[in-house]
Amino acid sequence: MKHVVIIGNGIAGITAARHIRKGSDFRITVISGESDHFYSRTALMYLYMGQMEYKNLKPYEDWFWPKNRIELVTDWVEKVDVAQKQLVLRQGEPLSYDELIIAAGSRWRKGGWPGEGAKGVHGLYSLQDLEAIEASTAGIERGVIVGGGLIGVELAEMLHSRGIPVSLLVREKGYWASVLPPEEARLVGDHLRQHHIELRFSTSLKEVEQDAAGRVQAVVTSAEERISCQFLGITIGVEPNIDFLKGSGIETDRGVLVDEYFRTSVSGVYAIGDCAQYRKPPIGRKAVEQVWYTGREHGLLVAQTICGKPAAYKPGPWFNSAKFFEVEYQVYGDVPSRLPEGWEWFYWQHPQKHQALRLVWEKESGKFRGVNLLGIRYRQEVCEQWIISGTKIEEVVGQLHRANFDPEFHSRHEGEIRNAFSTQTGRTIKEQKKKWWVFGA
Amino acid sequence: MPTIIRDTRFTKIKKHPVQQLGLVLLLMGFAVLIGMLSMGDYILTPSIVERSVVDSTHQAVLKSLLEPLYNKPIESDWALSAVLDDAFENANEQLTEKPIDDYWGRSYKTYLIKYSTVGLPAERPMLLFWLSIGLGVLGGLLYILPKLQLIPGIKNNHIFHSATTNRGWVGWLLGSFLILFYILLYFFPYYITTWMLICDPLAFWLKGSGATEWFFYGLLYTLAILVMGVRMMIKYRHSKYHKLRTGSVMFFQLAFAFLIPEILVALNRPYYDLKNIWPLNYDLFFEYKINEFLSNGTLGMFMLVWGIALVVLGVPLMTYFYGKRWYCSWVCGCGGLAETLGDPYRQLSDKRLKAWKIERWMVHSVLVLAVIMTAAVLITFFTGHSSLLGISSYDLRYWYGFGIGSIFAGVVGTGFYPLMGNRVWCRYGCPLAAYIGIVQRFKSRFRITTNGGQCISCGNCSTYCEMGIDVRWYAQRGQNVVRASCVGCGVCSSVCPRGVLKLEDRGDGKARFGEVKF
Repeated sequence: MKHVVIIGNGIAGITAARHIRKGSDFRITVISGESDHFYSRTALMYLYMGQMEYKNLKPYEDWFWPKNRIELVTDWVEKVDVAQKQLVLRQGEPLSYDELIIAAGSRWRKGGWPGEGAKGVHGLYSLQDLEAIEASTAGIERGVIVGGGLIGVELAEMLHSRGIPVSLLVREKGYWASVLPPEEARLVGDHLRQHHIELRFSTSLKEVEQDAAGRVQAVVTSAEERISCQFLGITIGVEPNIDFLKGSGIETDRGVLVDEYFRTSVSGVYAIGDCAQYRKPPIGRKAVEQVWYTGREHGLLVAQTICGKPAAYKPGPWFNSAKFFEVEYQVYGDVPSRLPEGWEWFYWQHPQKHQALRLVWEKESGKFRGVNLLGIRYRQEVCEQWIISGTKIEEVVGQLHRANFDPEFHSRHEGEIRNAFSTQTGRTIKEQKKKWWVFGA
Repeated sequence: MPTIIRDTRFTKIKKHPVQQLGLVLLLMGFAVLIGMLSMGDYILTPSIVERSVVDSTHQAVLKSLLEPLYNKPIESDWALSAVLDDAFENANEQLTEKPIDDYWGRSYKTYLIKYSTVGLPAERPMLLFWLSIGLGVLGGLLYILPKLQLIPGIKNNHIFHSATTNRGWVGWLLGSFLILFYILLYFFPYYITTWMLICDPLAFWLKGSGATEWFFYGLLYTLAILVMGVRMMIKYRHSKYHKLRTGSVMFFQLAFAFLIPEILVALNRPYYDLKNIWPLNYDLFFEYKINEFLSNGTLGMFMLVWGIALVVLGVPLMTYFYGKRWYCSWVCGCGGLAETLGDPYRQLSDKRLKAWKIERWMVHSVLVLAVIMTAAVLITFFTGHSSLLGISSYDLRYWYGFGIGSIFAGVVGTGFYPLMGNRVWCRYGCPLAAYIGIVQRFKSRFRITTNGGQCISCGNCSTYCEMGIDVRWYAQRGQNVVRASCVGCGVCSSVCPRGVLKLEDRGDGKARFGEVKF
């Protein structure tokens, strides 16, 4: 019987394992040194904040794995021997495979700053990172976080939940300004300040000061300011966790290079999830995608390929979501931080509440390209259909109620948005009125 | 830095001074409530026996048997209770035809002890009322209101760090107290007569007669829903769905469960909670109830027909259009308490598959039992035969009332809030929930829609599901959630950081289940 071995028990590896089991009778082994069982790293912050316990982080109960004949090995892979088709493990005996899936994920990226090796300097990716943060933040006076992205704000919220004042250093002019257009960046920044997060824009780190015990005692910023702190969070991004592949003969660049079937340069070896790098990225996608749902899609597709029904990666329109303290964020389609040539956009913001919407379309054809949402939820299905079918922006604005996914009775602002849209753009909305007598329409 | 947030383990975070004051007042009120049970002396007089023992034969015998006790102070209700037990035993030697059974005994004892109280509880009931219940309500509100300062949004920080909300020592203490309270209430009401005394002024004002243990309990229950309802409204004030449904349970408890039945009694009409539906309202078809309805003209007839119509038409229709939530998290009194007083404990529900299996067996068994019991009671009503297949329908209903009505719904249902979550009764025991659940699962427009592929499997939804549904199991597969037990509280949707879940009544026939995508 074919033995499929998967390195990594994150969302990509586990999705692959589950679907290989659904589609075959192969022997399946999953190896991870990080945790005995699959857990959701997306919820690490909630563990620290006491919103959840570790058992709540596990999407499947422990009986699930033996019941589905998915063997779990807790160990670190030191080396991959592709000639012998064998894995060298840190503790256990070498493990042979017939097919190998590398789903080793990421690790947090360092910035190369002087002194960043000090005690009390942490990133947030793994369970071990969280444990270290827990130990390092006990009873401290102030934390500094460098990197104004999604993990930076999570870490800020974590420290905030324990009453630890936070300074957040952001290289750009606004919060997450490489992704968010200025208005959205400003809205989120304002919200963070409401929560007493001290934001320093256009500021990066220069060096980390250590005390005699080798513990961080302050940071010096690019503005030559010294901030005394006992904790430094580095959240400038993640990078593929592939050091153990050095010298294996599997071709790598930033990540493990793969084709659209997630095949690496060595036959019988696949790479998926955060650690994979597309040789030819799909249109509109980055070469390395480090998102939960792309990992899940990779796992699903590689399972089909291994089960004899090769399936290429052809992702639909981009989407993503996040939450910045209380403000939820969703994006469907392409919403760049700066308006590209030949495109137009429209922005609406609630006068008081933290709610906003940005629609993007092609100027000439009027084709809808994407939407940014803050404090409003939209249906993926509807937005995707608008994008794929190239629905005209006038029609989209007339049908916004179809996409709304906010809880019942929440205030809706489609009327205000329509009025603002026609005033600002001069376009005539093609309205599809909601029929109140049709249930659930 | 705002100075509120629960857990003081993290030294930087202190409770707001108003919250601290609130907590002190709450504890003081609680201490007075407990302390008053040992306040006061007891002096029995012949007129008290006349008022308390309504049956004239019993009264005559007891009056002479109790003579040696008249006008002599007795120190405690325990002592008086023991003396009364002896008296009842002696009386029963003479009363062979119509002995004082447990039911009569408990009732006589309760009134005899209540009326013979002298001292502070009898002289200054209002003072004690305000110092206990009043102070408790004030303290509770002071504890809750400063949370208005926080920025609206989901605040579940430190819930699992807290000894109150994660089965720590406070949780166990609270659970033990609640269990003890229910045991006293159901089986030993004569030890809590002081609590009835302090409610007498309100009871007289409201309905023209004194307070029983049920009046006291109803009052406490209603206040719990109102005060903790305010907390719920503040905690979820960013969501109109929660504000509306909380307002709804507060209204139905205050008006339908507490005030209207008492007013009906004051008007000499049958006690009736119009929103309590059989089989949760399991004594609706008991013969004394039916006789009461039949002897109350148009109003009585309306009550009977209303009760039947709710079961036969109301439940299926409303559940078809809106799902189980129309009742369980918008109207029901048990649900009302669970959604308000019980909200801090929702995360303690068991999410394991095993628990779901046990739940299905248990809750449906109780439904079957309720149907059998009621059928037997009705057969007895119509035919006059009390024995069916060798089992007495009176025994059946007694044991149902004892096992399900008192132990399961009360002692376990509420007493276990801090230990097993706030919906133990609704999930494992409520026969009405079982009935509505069957309709919701097979014939309803209601579902929780999963928003495409946005789920990140974080598990907040499952963690905070009070019914122990593993919501994430569905959400991460891109599948809609259609489950018999879902009460539609909407908290999964609120705690989701990615806007993945939405409660909807959309119909779509079989498509409402959605397909497994991942």
